[in-house]
Order: sequence, then C-alpha cells, then structure tokens
Amino acid sequence: MFYREAGDFKTSYVDDGQTFPIRFDRYRYYAVLVVAFAVVPFVINDYWVNSIFLPFLIYAIAAIGLNILTGYCGQVSLGTGGFMAVGAYACYKFMTGVDIWIGGEQYALPPINIFFSVILAGIVTAFVGMLFGLPSLRIKGFYLAVATLAAQFFLVWLFNKWEWSFNYSASGQINAPERGVFGVAVTGPNTHAWAAYLFCLVFLTILAIMARNLTRGSMGRKWMAIRDMDIAAEIIGVNPLRAKLSAFAVSSFYIGIAGALFFAVYLGAAEVGEAFGISKSFLVLFMVIVGGLGSVFGSFAGAAFLVLLPVLLKNVLVSGLGWPTDLAAHLEIMIVGGLIVTFLILEPHGLAQLWRVIKEKLRLWPFPH
Amino acid sequence: MKLKLATLALGAVMAAAPAMADLVFPSLSYRTGPYAPGGIPFADGYADYFTLINERDGGIGGEKIQMPECETAYNTEKGVECYESTKGLGSLVYQPLSTGITYQLIPKVTADGIPMLTSGLGRTSAKNGTVFPWVFNFPANYWDGASVAIKHILDEQGGDISGTKITLLYHNSAYGKEPIRTLEQLSEKHGFELSLIPVDSPGQEQKSQWLQIRRERPDYVIMWGWGVMNQVAIQEASNIRFPMDKFIGIWWSGSENDVVPVGDGAHGYKALTFHNMGDDYPLYDDLKTYVFDKGLAAGAGDQHGSAVYNRGLYGAMLVVEAAKVAQEIHGTSKITPEMMRDGLESLEITEETMTALGLPKFGPEFSVTCENHGGNGYAAIAQWDAKAGEWNLITDYVQSDQEIIQPLIEADSMAYAEESGIEPGCN
Amino acid sequence: MPDQLIFAIEVFLNGLMAGVLYALVALGFVLIYKASGIFNYAQGVLALFAALTLVGIMEGQVPFSHLINAVFGTEIHNFGFHVPALLAIALTMVVMVVLAWLVNTLIFRHLVNQEPIILFMATIGLAYFLEGFGDIMWGADIKKLDVGLPQGINGFIDQITLDALGYGFFIDNLDLVATAVAALLVTALVIFAQYTRQGRAMRAVADDHQAALSVGISLNFIWVMVWSLAGFVALVAGIMWGTKSGVQFSLSLIALKALPVLMLGGFTSIPGAIVGGLIIGVGEKMFEFLIGPLVGGATENWFAYVLALLFLVFRPQGLFGEKIIERV
Repeated sequence: MFYREAGDFKTSYVDDGQTFPIRFDRYRYYAVLVVAFAVVPFVINDYWVNSIFLPFLIYAIAAIGLNILTGYCGQVSLGTGGFMAVGAYACYKFMTGVDIWIGGEQYALPPINIFFSVILAGIVTAFVGMLFGLPSLRIKGFYLAVATLAAQFFLVWLFNKWEWSFNYSASGQINAPERGVFGVAVTGPNTHAWAAYLFCLVFLTILAIMARNLTRGSMGRKWMAIRDMDIAAEIIGVNPLRAKLSAFAVSSFYIGIAGALFFAVYLGAAEVGEAFGISKSFLVLFMVIVGGLGSVFGSFAGAAFLVLLPVLLKNVLVSGLGWPTDLAAHLEIMIVGGLIVTFLILEPHGLAQLWRVIKEKLRLWPFPH
Repeated sequence: MKLKLATLALGAVMAAAPAMADLVFPSLSYRTGPYAPGGIPFADGYADYFTLINERDGGIGGEKIQMPECETAYNTEKGVECYESTKGLGSLVYQPLSTGITYQLIPKVTADGIPMLTSGLGRTSAKNGTVFPWVFNFPANYWDGASVAIKHILDEQGGDISGTKITLLYHNSAYGKEPIRTLEQLSEKHGFELSLIPVDSPGQEQKSQWLQIRRERPDYVIMWGWGVMNQVAIQEASNIRFPMDKFIGIWWSGSENDVVPVGDGAHGYKALTFHNMGDDYPLYDDLKTYVFDKGLAAGAGDQHGSAVYNRGLYGAMLVVEAAKVAQEIHGTSKITPEMMRDGLESLEITEETMTALGLPKFGPEFSVTCENHGGNGYAAIAQWDAKAGEWNLITDYVQSDQEIIQPLIEADSMAYAEESGIEPGCN
Repeated sequence: MPDQLIFAIEVFLNGLMAGVLYALVALGFVLIYKASGIFNYAQGVLALFAALTLVGIMEGQVPFSHLINAVFGTEIHNFGFHVPALLAIALTMVVMVVLAWLVNTLIFRHLVNQEPIILFMATIGLAYFLEGFGDIMWGADIKKLDVGLPQGINGFIDQITLDALGYGFFIDNLDLVATAVAALLVTALVIFAQYTRQGRAMRAVADDHQAALSVGISLNFIWVMVWSLAGFVALVAGIMWGTKSGVQFSLSLIALKALPVLMLGGFTSIPGAIVGGLIIGVGEKMFEFLIGPLVGGATENWFAYVLALLFLVFRPQGLFGEKIIERV
C-alpha cells in the first residue's frame, strides 16, 4: 500500500539503471537529503553535533569503507583503527604543511586547505592500505583478519615513535589548528556546530554515492565474484590481485577520510594509542556486521545503532532513572553485547536485511494478498 | 527514517535532564574500563568532599553544590560527550582525570569560557596562564615531578650524581613521554646517565624491559606508569630483587592499588606526591559525622584514606576554595564560570587555610597568578610500608628546579600559541 | 663467553617461558575452534571472568553487592568467610560449567550453520556482555590473587649460572610453575582426547559434525563440554596472569597476545599452539633485545603479528596445518 512498485515504468536504460529505481525509494532519499542539508543544520546545537551527529557521520564513512572490503570483497580486516590513524596523521601533516629535510635543509609545503587535506589523507591511506593488503593474496579468512592486526599494532606504534609525524611535539599529541573552507572554520575550537556537521555531511554524501555506484559497477561485481568464490572468479577472468588490492585501496581511502575527519573535525586533538586503538577496529567491524554485510544502507544503520544506543542507554539509565554511573556503564555494555547477540540470532544479515523484510511487508500491507 | 525516530525518542529523554542548580561541579569520572582502579577512588573522594560541604556548611556561601557525574571510561570520545552534555548545566569547572581528555578539552573550554583544573596531569605548559587563560594545573605538574625525583636522588647521593645511571620506565603514550625532555635537560645539568625504556600499553608483559634493567643495573629507576603497567612493573622489580627504595614512581604510579597486589615485595617503593596520605586528619572526623555515618558516601565507601581518594578530596577542596575566593571578589554567591576563573587565578593556599579546613600539612603552600597557573612546583616523596600497609611522606615538599622547567614551559606554550594563533597576555 | 651472548641466552630462556603463557591462552581458542568452528574472541574475557570469580569466592565477596546495595539501599559487601584456594578453584569450575551451558543453550545453539564471521561476532557480543557482567558481579576495582604460587627469581638457577658463567640468569618461579602446569594440561588434554569416550566423541565432532551426529553423538553435550574445557583453560590462564598483575580489566587483553600464536600454529592444532607460543615468545623477546634499542623499543606488541604474518606468507599452511586447510 505505502510501498509500491507497481506502475513505476522505465522507458530508457538510464532510467532503469539509476541508483533508486523505485519512485518511493527515490523520494524518500531526496527527503532525507533535504532534511539533512536544509533542516538539521538550523536546529542542532553543540551537544547534538558533538555527541551524536559527528560520530555518526564519521563512523558511517568508516563503516562504508570497511563494508566495501569485508561485505563486498569478503576480506575481513581488523586494521581499521590503524588506517584511521594514517588518515588522521596525514591530514595533520597536510594541514600544517609537510616538511621534508634534505641534507640538513628544510623544505616545507605551505599548509593545504582542509578539504583537500582530508582527500589527500584518504589517498595516502589508500596506498598504505594496499601495502597491508598484499598478504590477502596468500592468506584468507580469520588468518587474514589476524594478519591485519599486524597493521593495526604496527601503525599505532609507528605514529607513537615517528616524531616527524607529530611535528616533534613534546608529548606526541596532535592538535588540529583552526582551518576553514570559504572563510568558515570547520576545525579548531571556534567552529560552529553546523559548519562541522555540514563539512562531514558533504563528505559522507559524496562518498556514499560513490560507494553505491562503485559497488553496482564492474568493479563491485568483480569484488563480489571474489567474495563468493575466488577460484571461480579467476576462471571467468577476474584478476584477483587487482580486485583484492583495489578493494583494499578504496576501502582504505574511505577509512582514511574517516580518520582525518575524526581527528580534525570531531576530536580536535588525538593521541594515536587511545584514539585509534584496536577497539576502534572492532567497533567499526561491529557496525558493518550489525548493519549488514554488503549494503551501503547497512553501514548507515550500523553506525547509527552503535553510536546512538550507548548515548540513549546512558541518558535513560543515568539521567532518566538516576542510577549510579558505574552501574549504568556496566549495564550499558551488557545490553549492547546482549543486543548484538540477539540481533545475530534473529537476523544474521543485519539491520539492512531487517529493512528489506520490512519493505516486503509494507508492499502488501494492510492487504495480505 | 529510523534515525529520525530514534533521535526524537532521545530528545524526549534529554528534556528530562536535571534543572539548573546553584553551583555545578561536574565530575567526569571513570569507574569502568581498564583504568577503573584509578578512577574509582578519585571520583569517590571528589564526591564525598562536596557532600560534606553541602551537609556541614549548607554549600559554599549558602549555595548548594550539585555534582552531576558522567562516566567516561577513560575514553576520549565519551569524555567529549560528557563535556557537551554537562556544560549546558552551568558547569563552573572541569577536572577530567585523564591526560587524553584534557588535551581534547583545552580548546573547547577556551572557546566556551569554562575553567579546567588538571592537578598533576594534563598539558604541563598550561602553567603559562598567558597562553592558557582557562586551564590551571596547580599545585604541581609532570615536569615538577621529574625534577623533584632527581632532587631526591641528589639528596640521597650527597649532591653529586654525575655518572649515576638513571632509567626512565614509561608508558608509551603522550602521558609517559611528558618527563623525557625535562630529564634530558637535567641529565645535562647534573651529568647523570639517562636511559629510556618504553612499555607499550597496557603493559601486562614487561619481561624484556626488566631483563634490560637487570642487565644495565641502573642506580635508580623512575617510572611513569598507569593502569596494569604499575602493578606488573612493581612485581617484576621485586622479582629481579631491584632495591625498592631506588624505584620512584610518579604520583599516578603511587596508589595502594599499585603496591598491594605485590604484597611484601613492594616494601620501600617510593612515589612522588603533591598531597599527603592517610586518614589521620580532622577533616576525616567531619566526613565520618556528616557523610559516612549518614550513608552518603559515594561508591562502595571502601576507599577512604587511600592515596587517590585523598587526591579526589584535595581536588574538590581546591575548587571549593577557589569558589569561595570568587564569591569574595565578585560579592555574589551565585558565581559564573568567568567568576570561577578569577577565583582560581587569585587562589592562595597557605598552611593556615589548610589547618582551618581540617587538613593540616596536607599539601604544599602555593599561590596562583595570571602568569602562573601552576603553583610553585612543590612535591614530596612518599614511601610504601608494606607491613603497616600505608604510605609515609619521607621528605618535605621540595621545589622543582625552576631554572630548567620555566624555559621549557615558556618554549612549549609559545609553540602552542603560535600554532593556534593565540596572543599571549593577561587581561 | 661474551656478555652479549650470555644475555641473549637469558632473553631466549625468558622468551620460552613467556611463550608458554601465551600458549596457555591460545589453547582455549584452539579447543573451541576445533570442535565447533567458532573463533572465540571472548576467551580473554573468559579468563578475566574466571579469575574474578575465583577471587570473589576466595574472599567471600557477595556477588552483585553493588547492584543490590544501589537497588535496596543495603550495605552488604562480604559474607565474612574465606574459602581455601583449592575449594575455590573447584567452585569456580562449577560456575564456568554453568556458564558454558548457558552460552551454548542461549547463543550458539541458535547459530548453528551460520557463517564463521557471524559466529565470531556473536563471541564479541558475548565478550561485551561478560565484561559488564563480571564487573557488576564482582566490582571493577583491582583485586589481589594469591593461590599460593611462588613468585620471584629462582635462586637455584641464579646461583648455578652465576658460578658457571659469572652472570646469574633470571628465571621467574611463576614461569616455571606455568610451564609445569601447561605441560600437565596438554598431557591431560591429549590423554582425554585419545583415550576417553568423550574425548573421542569430541574429535569426531571436530572432524565432521554430521557424521558424528549420525553415529549418535550429542552435539550439544560436546559443545557444552568443550566450552567448559575452554573455561578451565581460561581459569588456569587467569590464575597465572592474575597472580602477576592482580585481577583487573586488563587481564581480558591477554587474548591479543594469543592471536599471533594462533596464526602461526593454526586454529586447529594443539601442538601448534604450544610450538607457536614458544616461537612467538622467543621471537618477540629476541627482537626487542637485538633490534628494539635501534628503533626505540616497545616493539613486542606488533612484532609478534608481523612475525606470524611473514611466516604465513611464506608457508600458508602454518606450522602443523592440515593440507586441505583453506588458507591460500
């Protein structure tokens, strides 16, 4: 009744091949975009942006990135935290001006605009990701997952040790100085909530559209062929080297951008071991699986679920019911764990599958036949 | 769609948050996670002191104190969430017990105009109040700690430590790297040999490090540890029979939690401190009457008198005193964060104040000015008595080597000012 | 002998000892993976939970006291009795068996035939749950664990090496005990698997679920048994590590030490876990000793992974990997 496909005819291939071929989906998508771009920025305050929207937007980018690798190409990675760190430190170097010492002489690039710094950070991360993706050609499954932990631990150690990467500051912390686009600050302490929000939203929108189209195109099909059966894929002419490495590169590009935004826009200051530790890797993997492997929408849903749920639980238990904070925190983690298990039992294919089931039901509702 | 619905539900919950109270001192505590053993006693002490002021004095200058607690689990993201959710309540001052969260909050509190006190932690160069007008770190900071430790070694060695071998065993993080520059400068000045041994977080496995210490046979080991690293390090030191009285920890490596699991082996271990230990103070009588016996004690109520509990009491005492000063300066009992800042900046803690509060000889005397947000850099050495199960102060409060530290603070804070485009100065 | 060589030998021996401790944790993973194909991330938290329970029982702590006090406004903390170590270990084992049964009945029975990654995620959910549950049950503060194991330098070895080489080797008594316990444990496990009815059933299940089912083996019973065994191994690991550092949250992170061991030794091989543990232990200690000073130290965390990674790239079937294993 409310979700109808009937009567939605296409008369050209272009129409038929668009991202949302069903009219209802398309309108819903436009409505969400309008709300996100034109309504939300006017009604949010610092709390909403810093506690909910920024983490949601940024984790959504990271989750899409990991979903490309794990959900579409079938390579489980636990190196997300390390790759985010690469993005963050690269962004820091670009936004403060990369300096190189050659023969005792310092050559420095001028600081690059924050928008391009973030993109360059993504590109640097893509290369690092490809490098650490090389073992995937020999190792599979959990062995690969554990192997990517090598990237996680090595990169964290590296950014702790390599003084050049944090501009020789005494403690190894990196601080995002104030930078802006079109004269509006998007990093630093004097950023307006809406500016930071819009900046991340623009990235997320572009990247999500890119991901959606990449995964529907020939590249995405190659990834999925590798995921479903690599030997068969090789026989029909998919080059596993290129498919796997391109998945690592694209995925790391996304994760690098997420890391750059995470540091520059959201946190403002970061220490590698704490901000990009192994728990980040697990968190993002969680989002992907809870949301649904192989689904861009699932990445959004997973990120929303795991960002919102703890905040919601905390507010209910502490502010609403007045429980002691430690009990609430313990209960919170128990509930999150319990819910994840429950989800996996009820719907192993994640929130995205749940959404598909709901759509099926809505198509007929309220008339069952 | 789903998101929108969820946010609506969340909005309804948020609206039910507590109303504005008179004086709000939020507590960003961590009672869970890997560092909970350090966070629990501090949060308890911090809360109990405010409860005492409310119960005994009816608040500060007649204004009741409200202390919303927010759990950070020592996690920077949750710390930001906690800060954002409490700053709207009219919070007067923040005391995040975490160096990571401090770094995060420094730009935010500066932009929002809310003072932050980071006693014995955080960014050391925040001592320069001309660059960091909203951040305070009295009475002592990490660099003071490093210098006082060296002074103690100087005293023990009769004033000459050229050729003495000193090893710094540190948590491989921003926090652990803090003392390195100071120690390097001091090593140039006094001629001791410094060797640096990092321990990666969490520090459960330190065999390599302690084998190295055993091979190199340093005369002293200084430790900048936190969490499980402390217990393991002290255990391993006892295992290799390193003389415990040559092993000096920073104040975050000097709580009962760190030495008790090791048992008798930890006897004689030393730690720096900027406040006194134990519960032998008149204030504890008041706490017993007004807080403990009434069943108002925070947490499980089993931390009383422990080192970090006392640090919580001390932290709360400092901000309460600053609030009193602020009320005096501005002639109003309803103070704002700006007034609170003035109070902190004019704070002077003397022996008389502390005695009057029931805490005689509890901490060093110090005064705060606009240029100096860090006090006078006095710290003492405490030693663990495993048989009696208590810490004893074995030195007076000793001033750190200002000659070395002041230029370092100057340089680091100016670098920050340049990076962030701050014009240093007093208003 | 030159000093450097003597030092290297000492580091090598200590690496072997550390490797035994890693292997102890890795064993728990292998048991469960072999029998049910579940990569049990919760193994570390299981060790923490076991150690917390052991201390709680020994000290006569009231479980959930904080929750009870917060809800009912009471002030209870302690039963006021102390339980001797051995009895407490036995009681803890009972708790672990109950836990194993619950885990199997409530979670993994419902996830039969799911993809490995789903099972893996379920164990992470379980880890989260247990982490909060353990803290609520026994409190989040650090606890001293003392079941009477010796600790500290072994004077005998110190003395004879001092006499022979002029430099006393440092070997921790606790490590010696751990080695003995690990040897016992592995022997017991091998005997159990080879010669008992249940052990054979367990191996049958590991080989082929459906074939095992068709000859009348109860999968549920085997899975509960395997989880209980893993719980027992976790308890042993928890005692060893908890004696050293006190029982606290960080104990759950020892799982990370076991992962490179698993990569090297293979997820399905008990001897692989032992030999892998030794290689990782020695490898990371020697690297820290030889190369560490050149790059600023603290290399152990990542080196274990890189070592395992390099090894796998050149020998994808691992140390004792079965031929058909899907790793290439």
